[in-house]
Amino acid sequence: MAGEQGEDRALVRHMLDALPHARALGMRLVDVAAGAVEIEMPWRADLVGDPRSGVLHGGVVSALMDTCCGAAVIVHPKGSRTTATLDLRIDYLRSAVPGQAVRARAECFHVTRSVAFVRAVARDSAEESGPPVAIATGAFTIEERP
Amino acid sequence: MTPADAPAQGIQARRDDALAGLVAAIPYAAWLGIGLDRRGDELTAIMRYDHRLIGNPALPALHGGAIAAFLETTAIIELTWAGLWAQMETLPASGAAETRAEAGAKMDEGAAALPRLPKTIDFSVDFLRAGLARDAYARASVVRQGRRYASVHVEAWQDNRARPFAQATGHFLMPGPAR
Repeated sequence: MAGEQGEDRALVRHMLDALPHARALGMRLVDVAAGAVEIEMPWRADLVGDPRSGVLHGGVVSALMDTCCGAAVIVHPKGSRTTATLDLRIDYLRSAVPGQAVRARAECFHVTRSVAFVRAVARDSAEESGPPVAIATGAFTIEERP
Repeated sequence: MTPADAPAQGIQARRDDALAGLVAAIPYAAWLGIGLDRRGDELTAIMRYDHRLIGNPALPALHGGAIAAFLETTAIIELTWAGLWAQMETLPASGAAETRAEAGAKMDEGAAALPRLPKTIDFSVDFLRAGLARDAYARASVVRQGRRYASVHVEAWQDNRARPFAQATGHFLMPGPAR
């Protein structure tokens, strides 16, 4: 089991390294479990949506959520090594705190032969309790491992 | 240019400068390489292709997050633009002598007083096909606009306007009256 998790961790690391967009946004793997992944992204001035508040743009949070959900699919025991997003809905619950990294955790909550249904939660890295910054629900393509 | 044309040129320049100022003021829009093309009041957003927008290097295809961000930014600009447009129409024309430089100077003053931006409540994206490694275009339409809430639909395409590769609907909280 521990071996598989080590493998999954390497798989997600490799995925983040291979995605130019994830690299450009500075995404970093925090944790991997079966069908669940946690990824952190630092705050940066050039990723801000409204310069008056210094709050990260919603689109940056979307990119983090999408990447995190996709990673959760590829480490699901039934999952394939590749996936594509069919749809993604993000609810922005509150503004991310300026200057703080954002951390997203995604998990597959149901996987059929062709679709993975995934949920994700994004929080400021320092805040463990309180309302999250955003929540996401998505459907992702899947190909069963042979 | 005859003197009679000058006011019309002035207002066109003022609109284009206002729009450029709006995009430049959103750091993440600039980071994504988003530009805008205006024909009258119709806006088309353009996301210039760059390697860092790639999410699937094997295809290669644009990252879903970059696509979502492009659509969301287009929706926010469309909502804000409608308000700016109305302001510019009601501003008194400052006479036949107005030049592009004068209009630009006005916009510089205006940049500090940039309109407050709508806040995204939720955003739901359909990924219809892979976004290819080339420029992408998007147009947003305000489906419903109230005093406090707005609903916006946005579509993105590359080669063929009739074959969008992604579409989205979002709800936005409009900024309150300026205090």
